[in-house]
Amino acid sequence: MQNNILTMTEEKFQIRIDKEEKIEPKDWMPEGYRKHLIRQISQHAHSEIIGMQPEGNWISRAPSLRAKMILLAKVQDEAGHGLYLYSACETLGISRQELVSQLHSGKAKYSSIFNYPTLSWADMGAIGWLVDGAAIVNQVSLQRTSFGPYSRGMVKICKEESFHQRQGYEIMAQMAKGTSEQKAMAQDALNRFWWPSIMMFGPNDSDSPRTGNAMKWKIKRKTNDELRQEFIDKTVNQAEIIGLTIPDKDLKWNEQRQHYDFGEMDWDEFWNVVNGNGPCNKQRLNHHKKAHDDGQWVREAAKSYAQKQELIAN
Amino acid sequence: MDNELLNYTLRIADNSLILGQRMSEWCSKGPTLEEDIALSNISLDLFGQANGFYSYASQLDGNKSPDDLAFLRNEREFFNQQIVELENIDFGNTIVRNFLYDSYNFLFYSSLKNSKDDTLSALASKSLKEVKYHLRHSKNWLIRLGDGTEFSKQKVQQSLEDIWQYTHDMFSMDEIDNKMYKLNIGINNSHLKDEWDKIIDETLLEAKLVRPEDGYKAKGGKNGMHTEHLGFLLAEMQFLQRAHPNAKW
Ligand SMILES: [Fe+2]
Ligand SMILES: [Fe+2]
Ligand SMILES: [Fe+2]
Repeated sequence: MQNNILTMTEEKFQIRIDKEEKIEPKDWMPEGYRKHLIRQISQHAHSEIIGMQPEGNWISRAPSLRAKMILLAKVQDEAGHGLYLYSACETLGISRQELVSQLHSGKAKYSSIFNYPTLSWADMGAIGWLVDGAAIVNQVSLQRTSFGPYSRGMVKICKEESFHQRQGYEIMAQMAKGTSEQKAMAQDALNRFWWPSIMMFGPNDSDSPRTGNAMKWKIKRKTNDELRQEFIDKTVNQAEIIGLTIPDKDLKWNEQRQHYDFGEMDWDEFWNVVNGNGPCNKQRLNHHKKAHDDGQWVREAAKSYAQKQELIAN
Repeated sequence: MDNELLNYTLRIADNSLILGQRMSEWCSKGPTLEEDIALSNISLDLFGQANGFYSYASQLDGNKSPDDLAFLRNEREFFNQQIVELENIDFGNTIVRNFLYDSYNFLFYSSLKNSKDDTLSALASKSLKEVKYHLRHSKNWLIRLGDGTEFSKQKVQQSLEDIWQYTHDMFSMDEIDNKMYKLNIGINNSHLKDEWDKIIDETLLEAKLVRPEDGYKAKGGKNGMHTEHLGFLLAEMQFLQRAHPNAKW
């Protein structure tokens, strides 16, 4: 009997999904759906927040007043995205504090791209162009995700991400036509960030165990490989225009497929970084923990002040 | 006169840039995410103000671009007050420094907006709106920290003691200040002192903090005399411009 009711509800839920109705926080949803969303949205939120660090690394050294303001505003946007996504996640019945402790314990992940170091100013170009560029491809498809708050969040966030992408590309273009040193920095940044960027889309579909339900529930709208192909197809030409070379000797237009063919990714590296063994994994997490710990007395003071004020008011 | 006006404008620009730089160091390190965003906002306001005043300075200079002025001058050629270049240390320290400076800056722009110089007056009016918010931000936090926990109270009281010596120079007048004041272009800093004292005393009372005794009085920022901190800040900020003198960014 119990089982029957459950199935009935899941069936109804699936009918709603198939009709492209948005699921709202108060609606009934399968536990698996809720769990999947919490994992995905929190991972996205943590990525926005941890992603502040590699670019934050260059704010103090930005080479012009304009560049400084653009970069700081960009990083601040990412903080805003994180905040927005944490709120979307909280509608699913988990607190921000819990989400942050999951990040600190390693239970929750963030995008591995942010575990690579930013070594020159050109990296600010490469990240905007490639990393925000890859994020957009993913997030545009997520605008149609079935969970209402997440979908609406993506619409809002995508607008800003495309600014970031253009600003990053502008930095790359400027450097690629600059002095020989600048051009070398730009190429070097592309060399370092290309493969990690295309790995942002995750494992190949054949190795991606969770894609099944996520597609059925329309949380995910396109598979990893579809999104990756889309990104590569639109990026190759952008590199050509500014005279930079994508570091993949197998990259070639395939007339029959009407797509670019590309080389094999280094999956050992991918899984290593995912599992905590990348160049900056420890650094990024420690930075976040330290900021959190350093802020403890401030948060406590604010809380204590607020309590006193409440006592006075009553 | 032009040279003095240039110098006077650079003082304002440098104050904004250097404090903006300090505030930007908070990015990704704030005590909460909301506060991280607020601190970046303040930093962005200050960079915007710096950009405005440098553009005017560049015009007066006739030769150097705003970026040249920001990125290619040495320590002794920076005219900001020492209080803005002090290291952040911790959130409480930043809040105390900002509160003491914001209170001054608010009064400064309130007065400078009546300048006979149209550009300075316009820049001051625009900055004033932002600085009002900065002051509200630092003041509210000072009260929260002062009247928060025993620990936070002690901490910010100590910061007050440490930073107090840098406040006096905000009200000093030198030859350039006097000249600009006579021409109704600049303001008389010493006239801001009473109002400033009032803001400080009222806020400290509400924050349950104690006004420090006057002791050593640091001075000279506006004439290019700085603390040891500024050199490091500039070395970092100016690194790319210095390392690639022929590059455009
Ligand atoms: Fe993103
Ligand atoms: Fe973002
Ligand atoms: Fe972005």
